[in-house]
Amino acid sequence: MLTKNAAGVKARKRLCMTVNGRAVEIEIDIRESLLDVLRDRLQFTGVKQGCSVGECGACTVLLDGTPVNSCIYLATWAHGKAVVTIEGLAQDGKLTPVQEAFVDEGAIQCGFCTPGVVLSTTAMVDSGKCFTHDEVRRELSGHLCRCTGYQKIVDAAERALREADIAADEHPV
Amino acid sequence: MIGASSIRKEGRAKVLGTAIYTDDKFMPGALHGLTVRSEVPRGILRAIHFGEGIPWEEFTCVTAEDIPGTNLVASVVDDQPFLIGIGEEITHSQQAVLLLAHPDKFLVEKARRAVRLEIEELPAVLDIQSSLDLQPLIYGTNNLLKEIRIAKGDPDPIWAQAAHVIEGEYRTGAQEQMYIEPNAMLSVVEPRDGLLQVTVWGSLQCPYYVHGALRQLFGLPEKQVRVVAMEMGGAFGGKEDYPSVNGGHAALLAWKSGKPVRLIYDREEDLACTTKRHPSRTRLRTAFDAEGNLLALEADFILDGGAYATLSPVVLSRGAVHAASVYRCPHVRIHARAVATNTPPPGAFRGFGAPQSLFAMERHMDVCARKLGLDAVELRRKNFLHMGDTMATGQVIREDLDLAGLMDQALAAIGYRDKRAAFALTNPGDGPIKRGVGFSVFMHGCGFTGNGESHVASVAGVEGLADGTVAVLAASTEMGQGKNTVFAQIVAEALQLPVELVDTAPVDTDHVPNSGPTVASRSTMMVGRILEDAAIGFKLALVQQGFLVEPYTPESFQAAVVKAVATLGTLRCYGQYHRPPNIQWDDVTYQGDAYPTYSWACYAAEVAVDLDTFEVKVADFVAVQEVGRVVNPTLAAGQIEGGVAQGIGWGLWEEVTMQRGRMINNQMTNYIIPTSVDLPRIQVVFLENAHAGGPGGAKGIGELPMDGPAPAVVNALENALGALRLDEVPMTPDRLLERCEEVSHG
Repeated sequence: MLTKNAAGVKARKRLCMTVNGRAVEIEIDIRESLLDVLRDRLQFTGVKQGCSVGECGACTVLLDGTPVNSCIYLATWAHGKAVVTIEGLAQDGKLTPVQEAFVDEGAIQCGFCTPGVVLSTTAMVDSGKCFTHDEVRRELSGHLCRCTGYQKIVDAAERALREADIAADEHPV
Repeated sequence: MIGASSIRKEGRAKVLGTAIYTDDKFMPGALHGLTVRSEVPRGILRAIHFGEGIPWEEFTCVTAEDIPGTNLVASVVDDQPFLIGIGEEITHSQQAVLLLAHPDKFLVEKARRAVRLEIEELPAVLDIQSSLDLQPLIYGTNNLLKEIRIAKGDPDPIWAQAAHVIEGEYRTGAQEQMYIEPNAMLSVVEPRDGLLQVTVWGSLQCPYYVHGALRQLFGLPEKQVRVVAMEMGGAFGGKEDYPSVNGGHAALLAWKSGKPVRLIYDREEDLACTTKRHPSRTRLRTAFDAEGNLLALEADFILDGGAYATLSPVVLSRGAVHAASVYRCPHVRIHARAVATNTPPPGAFRGFGAPQSLFAMERHMDVCARKLGLDAVELRRKNFLHMGDTMATGQVIREDLDLAGLMDQALAAIGYRDKRAAFALTNPGDGPIKRGVGFSVFMHGCGFTGNGESHVASVAGVEGLADGTVAVLAASTEMGQGKNTVFAQIVAEALQLPVELVDTAPVDTDHVPNSGPTVASRSTMMVGRILEDAAIGFKLALVQQGFLVEPYTPESFQAAVVKAVATLGTLRCYGQYHRPPNIQWDDVTYQGDAYPTYSWACYAAEVAVDLDTFEVKVADFVAVQEVGRVVNPTLAAGQIEGGVAQGIGWGLWEEVTMQRGRMINNQMTNYIIPTSVDLPRIQVVFLENAHAGGPGGAKGIGELPMDGPAPAVVNALENALGALRLDEVPMTPDRLLERCEEVSHG
């Protein structure tokens, strides 16, 4: 394993972050993306690699609540941050309303884009904002899906947003 | 059960992130594999030089010389080597020459760049016309990978007599499947009980294709090869034949290294070297009488088949059979050729040749209507096939077929007449946005073409498990289309059980029989039908052996299975495909029942073209189809919506740009597929007409939606912009600008 890069700089570093609420401390190669670290070292294989250039969105994780493409995000930048992967949503096997909406609406086909889209939708729901149909499509346009034509994904996202809205109305903060 | 929108079986695992795709499989100590490729389209490999600065002694390197069995990929024609050896001919730019593996994935990439191939370049054929002109000869005696002729009647005397003869030439480009999970393989080769055991886990549609390829590659008997289909992140045909190649490569590295090997393509490699939709050129000549009745049709249909035959012979076959489309015509001559070029071989992609020939015919019908001064709707209505009519191959339509009804429903749903009238008033205005509405009518043959099903003679079965539930035994793979759910519904229906009591067994060649490849819109209709038989046989066996008494409840059925398994041990029942006696096909004359049945459709599209930017927006889309009985409405609608999205992409945006026989836009940043903002809401309508040959009346559905969108969208462009040379897809903004300039410059 290389320990120095071409410029002779030490190429390893300690990374501290939380992943799905648990503290993680790990030595990484500074060339590794957050995707590499999550998948290869920490076995969060729900994070998918589709393009490696930040185009398809399959590698999306929430970083302090914001969706990012983990394939073009160096792991070292995640130092001190909170990462949520698809594995971190359901608690004790109970699906979140967003996950339930995706299953029920038939928004899942091959499932490879699903973790990323579900996380982006989760961030939309968590934002507490209202979205028009066009805004939902725009918010999700960073996720390439080749199976569904997006219709049922948009339906699932809108259902999750609608239900969260109703829930918010019923339990005003 | 059948007809219900049962929830996707593996949906929960997928939404939890626990579904295991190939690259997710935990395999400690696995090496990272990589492929070194030629980079020139044609030449003789003279030497492989291993550059400095790489600890080569740490690497596993495999060349053609290492191959233990036959260095040919088992396919329709065995002409493609796994690896090119020294002194052998390189025939395309992505030809694999050397395989590398090492524990460090950064180092293996560095090593790939340090390899230098010494190649004596030869002149290459890079397009259809050069191949036809034998400039130069690169394959066999005539550069043809396959040639097919279909004849009905005799068009020759008609041309002179007919009131109108209209000719046209149409082209379609390559298209990338763009499954979101790139091709991926994992292999272990190790001795077991003194015998070499080759195992491949992969993202693959057809486990028994890979199984056959590995047997030939290693020269091993059936029992010493095992192929397991992992969860698959999309395929669309792109993982039909190519997995025989990369599965072989992974296994070679695992065999030589003695360690597990991952061979996971990155997107750039996947796009550059794996199969695409075949580019095509179709020349059509049609004769009409004064009223617009179609009298004769001649089609010259050519596919660019790339450097090896791969699946081109069968892709060509489907394209040729669909070339006459949904029209009644007494005199038809179809000449179809797949030509060799020095490009990476194209392969299967949803539609499999039919989208190419159907694009030509459905564009041509609009062009003919314009030239004949007839309405495109009425010209089609006059010429549609009906029950009792004969298709180009002599196949008689035996089902009640109402294409005019399908068409009218689609046109009403999109508001065709009103929109045409409105756009005729608004388009002449000064604004840059021009609107149009267009449609296509088409069919898709269900299952394999011709004798394909008889050759494969698929086997599938059901197994009673110790907990009293039932497992489906089939090698058909789940690629997102919903096979797990639909098979469970079909078996549950046959056994009169809730769908929760039926699930599919893992697709592992050690455990499931060969139910044929997961292709050709055949899984629901063909394999589903076999499963229906197997399930009924399973139930009868339980009754005959005294475990089950009819009528039964799900609980008593489950109890019967528990008891039978405890008593008998393994409890399996298989069914096999048998050709129905009324289906006849002659491979030599190309006459007979090309398919057991067809799915039929009319798709209509509304477009808005911005003449400042030449961007095209699809504003509305209606898909009306008759697909027999719909097994699962939600999954079926998902198939149509996804297929329409791919079809619109092919029609407007998806362009494979080649330079010296190499795809140069091989990234998701510059090969453009539709996103959620690029597509309208797609209205999906199913008209159900139960087909006796399918389980519960079902027909094939998967490929149909790929056939219609491109001609519907381009026909809509003609409505928006007037008579332009709209003869090619994708009709990108560049191409559309060029076509508009042709008119304005005269």
